[in-house]
Amino acid sequence: MSAIFEVENLSLHYLTRFGNKVHAVNDVSFTMEQGEILGIAGESGCGKSTLVNGLMGLFIPPLHPTSGNVRVGGESLMNRSPKDIRQNVLSRKVSMIPQGAFNALNPVRKVKDIAADVMAAHMKDMDRKHIYERLKERFDLFGMETEKVLNAYPIQLTAGERQRSVIGISTLLNPQMVIADEPTSALDVTTQKVVIKLIFDLLEKGIFSTMIFITHELPLLRHVADNIAIMYAGQIVEKGTAEQVVFDPRHPYTKALMGAMLSADEGQKSRKPTAIEGAPPNLANPISGCRFAERCPSVKPDCKNKEQVIRIVGDRQVRCEYAE
Amino acid sequence: MQNKIFDAENCVRTFGHGKKIVTAVDDVTFDIKDGEIVSLVGGSSCGKSVLAKMMLGLHKPTSGNFLYKGKPITDHKAHWREVQSVFQDPFSCFNQFFTIRSQLKAAFGIYKEKPSNAEMEERVDESLMAVNVKPSEIEGKYPFELSGGQMQRMLLARIFVLRPQVLIADEPTSMVDACVRANILDYLMKLKKELHMTIVFITHDIGLAYYVSDRLFIMHKGKIVEQGSPEEVTTKPKSEHTVQLLEDIPDVNREWIKKK
Repeated sequence: MSAIFEVENLSLHYLTRFGNKVHAVNDVSFTMEQGEILGIAGESGCGKSTLVNGLMGLFIPPLHPTSGNVRVGGESLMNRSPKDIRQNVLSRKVSMIPQGAFNALNPVRKVKDIAADVMAAHMKDMDRKHIYERLKERFDLFGMETEKVLNAYPIQLTAGERQRSVIGISTLLNPQMVIADEPTSALDVTTQKVVIKLIFDLLEKGIFSTMIFITHELPLLRHVADNIAIMYAGQIVEKGTAEQVVFDPRHPYTKALMGAMLSADEGQKSRKPTAIEGAPPNLANPISGCRFAERCPSVKPDCKNKEQVIRIVGDRQVRCEYAE
Repeated sequence: MQNKIFDAENCVRTFGHGKKIVTAVDDVTFDIKDGEIVSLVGGSSCGKSVLAKMMLGLHKPTSGNFLYKGKPITDHKAHWREVQSVFQDPFSCFNQFFTIRSQLKAAFGIYKEKPSNAEMEERVDESLMAVNVKPSEIEGKYPFELSGGQMQRMLLARIFVLRPQVLIADEPTSMVDACVRANILDYLMKLKKELHMTIVFITHDIGLAYYVSDRLFIMHKGKIVEQGSPEEVTTKPKSEHTVQLLEDIPDVNREWIKKK
């Protein structure tokens, strides 16, 4: 199978108003094949959401690309204007499911109007009546009361219905590639399950097939993703299949992340979740050496001076010299 | 004999009237004893936040009795000297226009007589150290300059400043990632140990509740459907809603949703 989505050495930075550069994403590379689900996990502020903007090619100042390339089906997304990206790439090729469903919906418009606008913008020759019919067909798949949801204002819906509507709107035009940026982290566990089920449903029905799923819940990724990439301070520190990363982590940071997980299983109460001490490095300053060295439990003397590169350890990529 | 902190008897709270009446808390009876950590667990819109607001005296029950230390809550200021809370979103709890330090100091306003300025400064410093933030780190900083995890710690620092007897924690960890969550739980445990506090912990994650609490209340649609020790509730759940809550947590070792 050929790669549908390729990211090569992507680096992104924010330009502050004092002229400083904050290097939020550094040297990220991966390729995805048709039908693959890639999970990206990491703590808050590690550059997950910045990466999402970069992957869509949507560079709105203060975000700028430093170097690297993103290709969807062979087509490069770099050095294109936001207008061009919105018209030709978003919704059709790459679509994003945003983080807060409530902030993503216009509060003074009905859900059906918001959705119809997306279709109207991309299919100029279609009249409103046909658009509403197509909308109804699509929303019927979601297991909600279609009429009620389409004719409601966002505030009248529950959080779960809102999130499902947003997923519906994002996937209206059958995009090749969906990027879900923490679609469930504001929901309770029951609603979260419903939303994940909907995503699986859409995958099965072939609405879309390739997805990047971003979250900070590793246990959730284990069930959703085929492959998992762990991010720390703007870099991917470990990438492998879901089973490999969750059950047999190699990078010290992944190990520490797994240690911070909770479980309601029997006999787990004595096993205290351990927090990782310290804070990630400030990305506005130039960093030499391993970025995790300050907090690493198994730090070696030369870690702070040597830049770590991706190497292959036991069938997966790890950015640590000493990982076995 | 332990004293009862909260005592609810057939508590009902409704909103609206006529056809649009919504019953948020439906005929709830429970008590919370001194020095306990109690968790209220339920999905969204099950009435747990309304119950929390009742404990803070912000809502009165429509019918039934809700007593704090044997008396109904009347004087809010006196009540808040003893009962304080931590909320879900720390950014909406602080005023954007004042520095964090000045707001921590302003918390002393709840007392009848403020301590001297030097003593207030000292106590703010102490409580910042208690949540692992160096006072110099937040010197002159405004709420929007800090990250979510840091802000959540500032809210906890405020609790260390005031040293209340009862803490209502309304989803303090649902906005933060797993590492920060473990951190915040540690601080809650520290609060309990150092200040001998009664903590009411509200969450939708039964795993979290299992880890911190002495007793669990499971809520569904305004009713408490099950209560008991964490071991009992998680290993031998009686109510279908508890089973549902337990099943819905994604766990690494268990089948969750079948991928097609």
